[in-house]
Amino acid sequence: MTVILGQTFTGISIGAVLLLIALGLSLTFGQMNVINMAHGEFIMAGAYTTYVLQKSISDAGMSLLVALPVAFLVSGALGALLEWLLIRRLYLRPLDTLLVTWGVSLMLQQLARDIFGAPNVQTRAPDWLTGNVTLIGGADPLTVANSRLFILGLAVAAVVALASTLRLTPLGRRIRAVVQNRDLAEVSGISTARVDRTAFFVGSGLAGIAGVALTLVGPIGPTMGTNVIIDAFLVIVVGGIGQLKGTVIVAFVLGVLQSVLEYSTTVSVAKVLVLVAIVAFLQWRPQGLYTLRTRSLV
Amino acid sequence: MSGLEIRRLRVSFDGFTAVDGVDLDVRPGDLRFLIGPNGAGKTTLVDAVTGLVKAEGSVRFDGEELLGRSVHRIARSGIGRTFQTATVFEELTVLQNLDIAAGAGRSMWTMLRRRKDVPESVVRALETIGLTDLADSPAGTLAHGQKQWLEIGMLLVQDVRLLLLDEPVAGMSHDEREATGALLRRISEERTVVVIEHDMDFMRSFARSVSVLHAGRLLSEGTVAEVQADPKVQEVYLGHAAATEDATVVQEA
Amino acid sequence: MNPLKGSLRPVAGFAGAAVLLFAVAPLALTDFRLGLLAKYLCTAMVAVGICLAWGRGGLLTLGQGVFFGLGGYAMAMHLKIADAGPGNLPDFMQLYGTATELPWWWRPFANPAFALAATVLLPMAVAALLGLFVFRRRVKGAYFAILSQALAAAFAIWLIGQQATTGGTNGLTDIQGFFGYDLDDPVNQRTVYFIIAAALLALIALARQLIHSRYGELLVAVRDSEERVRFLGYDPANVKLVAYVVAAGMAGLAGALFVPAVGIISPAMIGIVPSIEFVIGAAVGGRASLVGAVLGAIGVVWAKTALSEEFPAAWTYFQGLLFIVALAFLPGGLASLAGMLRRRRARQRKATVVAVGEAA
Repeated sequence: MTVILGQTFTGISIGAVLLLIALGLSLTFGQMNVINMAHGEFIMAGAYTTYVLQKSISDAGMSLLVALPVAFLVSGALGALLEWLLIRRLYLRPLDTLLVTWGVSLMLQQLARDIFGAPNVQTRAPDWLTGNVTLIGGADPLTVANSRLFILGLAVAAVVALASTLRLTPLGRRIRAVVQNRDLAEVSGISTARVDRTAFFVGSGLAGIAGVALTLVGPIGPTMGTNVIIDAFLVIVVGGIGQLKGTVIVAFVLGVLQSVLEYSTTVSVAKVLVLVAIVAFLQWRPQGLYTLRTRSLV
Repeated sequence: MSGLEIRRLRVSFDGFTAVDGVDLDVRPGDLRFLIGPNGAGKTTLVDAVTGLVKAEGSVRFDGEELLGRSVHRIARSGIGRTFQTATVFEELTVLQNLDIAAGAGRSMWTMLRRRKDVPESVVRALETIGLTDLADSPAGTLAHGQKQWLEIGMLLVQDVRLLLLDEPVAGMSHDEREATGALLRRISEERTVVVIEHDMDFMRSFARSVSVLHAGRLLSEGTVAEVQADPKVQEVYLGHAAATEDATVVQEA
Repeated sequence: MNPLKGSLRPVAGFAGAAVLLFAVAPLALTDFRLGLLAKYLCTAMVAVGICLAWGRGGLLTLGQGVFFGLGGYAMAMHLKIADAGPGNLPDFMQLYGTATELPWWWRPFANPAFALAATVLLPMAVAALLGLFVFRRRVKGAYFAILSQALAAAFAIWLIGQQATTGGTNGLTDIQGFFGYDLDDPVNQRTVYFIIAAALLALIALARQLIHSRYGELLVAVRDSEERVRFLGYDPANVKLVAYVVAAGMAGLAGALFVPAVGIISPAMIGIVPSIEFVIGAAVGGRASLVGAVLGAIGVVWAKTALSEEFPAAWTYFQGLLFIVALAFLPGGLASLAGMLRRRRARQRKATVVAVGEAA
């Protein structure tokens, strides 16, 4: 029983990480239909931001908390810059965008290698995140690392923040207007170019937050973005375009699936099985879990 | 029984019923115009017949049930359509466009070889739609009206027996409209033609029969004169302010 | 256009390429350089398939490494078994493994005919299976690209995880013989080069035939408007499937011939990064043009070898920049540059004429 619960909770914490890394994509890919392969490197930028801040702010807890807004700004600025330089020229060519941003991702990785060196670096976790919480006591205890709980909380907070921004603020309304009918939004006086850039800023900023979270569970290195980006895109593909709830549900389902399969087979076989499950799922729902229905089919 | 027979056709999207129990018969040799205000369900009806949207009820063509078949199977049973915006293969030439349309039944072996000569049906279609001189130009360089004709030509070489045309004269000049109308008359002598149209002048000049759709239901049917004389139709076309009221009136009636 | 000229040009092109590959290159290049060229030509073979699937069919296959790897591993497995000799296990299995005999799925590869057929048929079968599921349900565009990339990632991770039977991260290394010929012998290396050059020309001829056939026209039609093709009575899923499966077979053959040319196949040659690198050559040269894609692929791997050893950092920046410039600003690749220049010159001439006319 504890094993099942334990695997489920491991899965939920894998899911929380997946959710954090995919959340920004649900805005840039899910809403704006831009495939930004450099998203992984924005995550990396967030992680290195944490690392740099910890060098100047010696208190690990303080530096972590400061890193959250700073990483958001750093990655967000990178995203807005990328949008302005390249992506806005490519809105009608999604596949070319994919490859162009992959070129950007290569260059950013090399930049990280030149600045921080090729080997991975590590941050210290603050004391209040190093312990465990015992969920079930007794002879067969179920414990969860504090850092995992922190990530889960961060993921939930990020989802709530993003959802309420989209739903309640003027910016959110503009983004949804542009997503649903770009031309109509333009003639209604919305500057679609500015909305695109702002949305890209927010989406990329969320990658920065994910980067901060990743420093708590693994090393920081130039290739850390490449390692997570495919999983993040799969979450969006399975979750469906244009809806946050799909991303949230799928992130946790894939997390639990991965964890359970890893427990019953090996890590590498679990990866393959998860992919098979995804292809099977797309047989049933080729547009993902949730889709925006439109009338135009041609 | 031959021709198109639609019975109790219903299409709904997420609770919204776009087509609500329509019965429609079109005999071979007819040139039927399908009219109605925006949102009446005209395009959705054509989508349902061609398999693009799921529908309930029955759609038979020459006795064969079409509902539930995949889009390309329906196309192979002799039903072709055009779209509101002309969709031709812009990077291929006019000739290549027609050749592809003519070849759905080709064997693998034929497909894997080059085109040696132009099929007879393609030559005839080029003449019918008047694009013989432009056969080797890329379709992307054609004028708007010519693209629409090319689309109709593609249906001809497909040898479809039922043509469903969605606003074929939208955006055409007066001369182009006349030419298109004459083309449709000629085609409808041997085939069944259904045209969705907003242009009332065009309808009056060329329709053999008319069906009026409103709010997903069939409002009126008959010759142009009969339909024009129908008070229900006049109500629907009188003004937008009364539109919702009209809908309830019609439903009660 | 003059029909005679139209049919003679490709023949002349093939003849020229054959002279370059079979006479000029072996005479002008050292054995070492010729070996490198053999490796580049394998990449070009993958690019031929990418030109067909992506350039003509619009299928951005970011997982060609999988098919390259399947072909490569099929060939390498046979060669490792042959190297070990009857009754012996391949060296790495003796080193890491606990097995005392070959795993069941290795055994068929002891048969040379089976292994050779598998290098092409196995990738085609995997592509057919995946393509059937994906295209039938109309998963397309970016979704397809991401799925094909995920396939490459999963395959590489799986190979690394099975160290005892696949050699793990190291891959299958140190391959000595090629169907009884010693690969250390420069004469045999030269033969391998000739086989690769001939295979490349054959694949180009095959792709050319496909592109200029009715099927090729239909493939472009599917790329540009899939829905329309469906209304003409074709099933676009099948049209795409053929291009995808053929491209996979070409990548498989390339992988199989890469093994005797280089002597190794490993997960590092088939994961996400090498899979995208296969695409970059085709993109830079011109995805829709066979000649462009092939020359682009050769040029990019050549530049990589030339630059990356001395300036690894500079190479990565350059590669990234190449990608950005080629795709954002020159989507037709270098192949489209010639046409663009010609048009610009014509425009300038016209402008000059007008200016002169106005002045007068």
